[in-house]
Amino acid sequence: MHPYLHIEKASMVFDTKKGRFHALRDINLKVEQGEFIALIGHSGCGKSTLLNLVAGLIEPTSGVLLLNEREIRGPGPDRAMVFQNHSLLPWMTCYGNVYLAVERVFGAKETRKQLKARTEAALELVHLTHAMHKYPHEISGGMKQRVGIARALAMQPKLLLMDEPFGALDALTRASLQDELMRIVQETRATTLMVTHDVDEAVLLADRIVMMTNGPAATIGEVLNVDLPRPRDRLALAEDRHYHHLRHEVLEFLYQKQLRKAA
Amino acid sequence: MNAVSLDDRRLQAIMTSLDTEPLPAASTPPTAARPRPTPWLQTERGQAFTAALGRWFRAAIPPAFGLGLFVLVWQLISVSSSEPGLPGPAKTWAAAQALFADPFYDNGPNDQGIGWNILHSLARVGTGFGLAALVGIPLGFMIGRFAFLSGMVAPIISLLRPVSPLAWLPIGLYVFKETEPASIWVIFISSIWPIILNTAAGVTRVPKDYLNVARVLALSEWKVFTRILFPAVLPYLMTGIRLSIGVAWLVIVAAEMLTGGSGLGFWVWDEWNNLNVEHILIAIFIVGFTGLLLEQGLLWLAKRFEYA
Ligand SMILES: Nc1ncnc2c1ncn2[C@@H]1O[C@H](COP(=O)(O)OP(=O)(O)OP(=O)(O)O)[C@@H](O)[C@H]1O
Ligand SMILES: [Mg+2]
Repeated sequence: MHPYLHIEKASMVFDTKKGRFHALRDINLKVEQGEFIALIGHSGCGKSTLLNLVAGLIEPTSGVLLLNEREIRGPGPDRAMVFQNHSLLPWMTCYGNVYLAVERVFGAKETRKQLKARTEAALELVHLTHAMHKYPHEISGGMKQRVGIARALAMQPKLLLMDEPFGALDALTRASLQDELMRIVQETRATTLMVTHDVDEAVLLADRIVMMTNGPAATIGEVLNVDLPRPRDRLALAEDRHYHHLRHEVLEFLYQKQLRKAA
Repeated sequence: MNAVSLDDRRLQAIMTSLDTEPLPAASTPPTAARPRPTPWLQTERGQAFTAALGRWFRAAIPPAFGLGLFVLVWQLISVSSSEPGLPGPAKTWAAAQALFADPFYDNGPNDQGIGWNILHSLARVGTGFGLAALVGIPLGFMIGRFAFLSGMVAPIISLLRPVSPLAWLPIGLYVFKETEPASIWVIFISSIWPIILNTAAGVTRVPKDYLNVARVLALSEWKVFTRILFPAVLPYLMTGIRLSIGVAWLVIVAAEMLTGGSGLGFWVWDEWNNLNVEHILIAIFIVGFTGLLLEQGLLWLAKRFEYA
């Protein structure tokens, strides 16, 4: 059995005005179909860069990325992306933004009515039915982020790439969307790569947590197996000793092994 | 700021007190026992009205002063200049009234009402600019999208753009053998640069994030254009159009002075030959005012296309 996503010896060097910047080196990762991977690491270590590589938005300087045994040669709607800065198109309403994606993926096979239903369902999932016809500049940062999530989920991608999707949300919305995400991912069996800064979120959602070392020339430091049974319940986990142990492992990596030099 | 708000309050007090003064007893009907309705100026809408009125006055006072000063200086110059002096504001106003009494008469090709002359000039600007937009907008998009093309045309544009618009007139006259297409050609060539350059700049400045969305969705070129490039570039395009119409309006008057026949430029030159200085002054005001209207109209249009 081949891994669904296979990253081998990938490294990324950016050509900048001030010379070459070695962002990632020697990234090796195998992800099985349906797996949920959380990417965690200090700011600026290269998490977004890694996600962009998988999305096909940038090409590695060396090494290969295989998706389903085929080399990733560019972006495609089979890999939906929730951008770190939400990237909504400001001249379209929330509905329009989601519809654009839905139309692209399902437009060939489905009627307009079905596309509309899909779009509305996706927006309802992130509790934004009331703001459907507002423009991005009329809604809050957290709401924009949710539209971005709705857009990605509505595409029913095989691989879901999320760059700090819940970063701008308040704790309550965040928890409810985390639960929704767990449910959706379990239902659709989508393989997920999610960047997060939140240790609890990583342990709650992920099957494995990929921890990255600090940049420049960051790489994967450790991979933690989160062997907590599913479905997971945040309240029950709060009293689970193993949960706390896993949480501690991540914290230890982040704050002892990779403590950010006073920058 | 304090003084202003004080003024505001005083103004409001004055305006509302008029309304709250007790009515004369004689006119009070016997059913006056029921409470009087709130005076309109004290209602929310009334107060908003007074506030808006105050704001309007405050905004209108400086320009009014400026214009008053302008007329005054004009009057002083006309009085102090030796005979035959520059016509003063009153004389010019009288001439303008006579002129606009019948703006659309038509006594043959070289003697038409001022309305016709304005319309002729506007029509030339419209045609020349329309052609420039037709060529310039697609060209601008392509230059912005394809670096090779941009490198190709950049030297040509930088060479031709600084050329004074009227320098193109002889070429137009030579090629078209007629004045009408020649003046349109001059408008075309002088108004095309802002359109091309602004459109191209807009395309290169489309935020990468938006294009990444297009790439992740793998949208077709057509969808990328209609859903992402075009709306993102529209504000730049509107700026280009505004600049370009501004240039066209500047140039048309000069071009018509040379080509003759009809139009505001021709009229100015004709009145100069008749030594009708009032009409020359009026023409200057008409040119300025029409330019202002065009500019404001386009600004208003551009606002409607703004997102965020
Ligand atoms: N296009 C680029 N050109 C040059 N350098 C880049 C580019 N993109 C990213 N980098 C650099 O690569 C490094 C990693 O950036 P990246 O955005 O992947 O970090 P990140 O882990 O996502 O950080 P954060 O958690 O703050 O989002 C940074 O030092 C950044 O400056
Ligand atoms: Mg990032």
